[in-house]
Amino acid sequence: MAETPTKPKFKLPSVAELKEGQIWKSIFRHKLDETPRNRSLAVLSNVFLHLHPAKINRDAVRYNYTWGMGGITFYLFLVLTITGVLLMFYYHPSKGQAYRDIMYIMHDVPFGNFTRNMHRWAAHSMIITTWLHMFRVFLTGSYKPPREFNWNIGVLLLLFTMLLSFTGYLLPDDQLGFWAVTVGTNMARATPVLGSEGPFGPQMGITAFNDVRFALLGGSIVDANALLRAYIWHCVAIPIIASVLMIVHFWRIRKDGAISGPAPVMIEQDLSGPVAKKA
Amino acid sequence: MDWHQLMTITTAPDNVPIVIMLFLMPFYTWYGLKQSFANDRLIEKLEADPELAKTHHRKTQPWVKGWDSTVHVWPYLLKIEFLAAIIVTLILVVWSIFLDAPLEEPANPNLTMNPSKAPWYFLGLQEMLVYFDPWIAGVVLPGIILGGLMAIPYIDVNPRGNGYYTYKQRKFSIWMFFIGFLVLWLVLIVVGTFIRGPGWMWFWPGETWDHHRIVHELNRNLHEFFGIKDSEVMKAAGFGATVIGAYFAVGGFACDRLFRKFAPEMVKKQNVAQYATTIALTVMMFGLPIKMLLRLGFTVKYVMVTPWFNI
Repeated sequence: MAETPTKPKFKLPSVAELKEGQIWKSIFRHKLDETPRNRSLAVLSNVFLHLHPAKINRDAVRYNYTWGMGGITFYLFLVLTITGVLLMFYYHPSKGQAYRDIMYIMHDVPFGNFTRNMHRWAAHSMIITTWLHMFRVFLTGSYKPPREFNWNIGVLLLLFTMLLSFTGYLLPDDQLGFWAVTVGTNMARATPVLGSEGPFGPQMGITAFNDVRFALLGGSIVDANALLRAYIWHCVAIPIIASVLMIVHFWRIRKDGAISGPAPVMIEQDLSGPVAKKA
Repeated sequence: MDWHQLMTITTAPDNVPIVIMLFLMPFYTWYGLKQSFANDRLIEKLEADPELAKTHHRKTQPWVKGWDSTVHVWPYLLKIEFLAAIIVTLILVVWSIFLDAPLEEPANPNLTMNPSKAPWYFLGLQEMLVYFDPWIAGVVLPGIILGGLMAIPYIDVNPRGNGYYTYKQRKFSIWMFFIGFLVLWLVLIVVGTFIRGPGWMWFWPGETWDHHRIVHELNRNLHEFFGIKDSEVMKAAGFGATVIGAYFAVGGFACDRLFRKFAPEMVKKQNVAQYATTIALTVMMFGLPIKMLLRLGFTVKYVMVTPWFNI
């Protein structure tokens, strides 16, 4: 009887062998060795990381220049997106049910209270970091040419960050949110020309049923329609608008010469010398 | 001194961020100014020694000849970003475990909260409602704040201080920003959070909130101080318009004098539109504390009263 060839025994591949395999190579296009080429590729060949340039001003990585506030603001936005999506699974934006859903999230949903708390505190933190980011950009004069336009995008992002937080305030449908939004939207009633109680509003035929406040609330009182509108602005519309603005904001950072510094200081002699004439 | 009242306000979960900000803002102001002054000293040294300026790397950060001026993002920046993400997450996790987000009773339109406060970051605007009608405090002023912020890069013609901290080279813009942001915006928020109580009345920190307090305040319109009655509509409106016009004229003139004295280079470099915008924004910004002073110090209600709107 001839000997039948035995099948080779199956053996788990080692990590080193995996790294040579087709699956690994299809995902990772480069090695992670400490060579300048690989270090650049790590950033450039990654869709998320290529937001960054391959190299950066050596002093810009110091915490004391940027305070890291822009990056932290973006990170908080991501935290808010994740916790917000989790909360959306348990929330109905309808009068009566909304409050019960919050109670349900707080008391019955696994980690529901934790998720809600984190969403709340990350939202407050994001307001603070946005302000600190603006403060830093002002102090370092980073809005100066060529970054004027990006500063404007940043001001809009500041506005939308605060609107995001404000629209979220109503969603628990409790006394706190209800009265905060009542106070807030009552001001819209006083918009000049477009508000029913604003200067020249009544003269233009504006009433409580066709003014700016009516458009914001979907009615003349803070009720079911207002809750639904706040929900859609908070969970869909403003995040989309803010995301578009963020895309522009980050893109312009790169296009305007990456992070602004720390730049070499200018002295008075520069302003009268050849450097000034070039600028 | 009602410590319990003070504790109730400062430890309200939604007020924790503003308490944190009370520490963060002074810290970062100091942190930014410290680097500004360090750069200012370097600038002075280089200006006194032009030869050194030619070879100096012109930063306060350490520098050794032969160092690369750039570093790889991976790992030098990304490791910091990942670390920052971890630290922020850690803070949020601890914060979320130990402090619950507030939830009040279900919304009830028949039961008004007193005081009924907006979220803390809007309390500056809500505090402005004391001094101005809603169309100004809630619509026009926020619009001017946003518009003014957006105008900054286009009216600041100073080429210095682009990308580095400095105080000496940008005194004017830094002072304006500090007054607008640190003094007006943040102080109004602090007043709205810690001082305003039931009925939006003034309670000093540590003073017990008296829900039955009645203030016999007699706020009068400015024209009444000058013998013009409310019933004399056109006369009152004309008087008010004159006062507002005079404020802008005198304020604008004063700004013009001061700018020429303290920021002569800015005046020389700005074109007419830039200069007019700078003056208009300055005059309007100082209009807020002036109206606050008129209201709190002299019980003035409106400066200008018309049948359609009041200022």
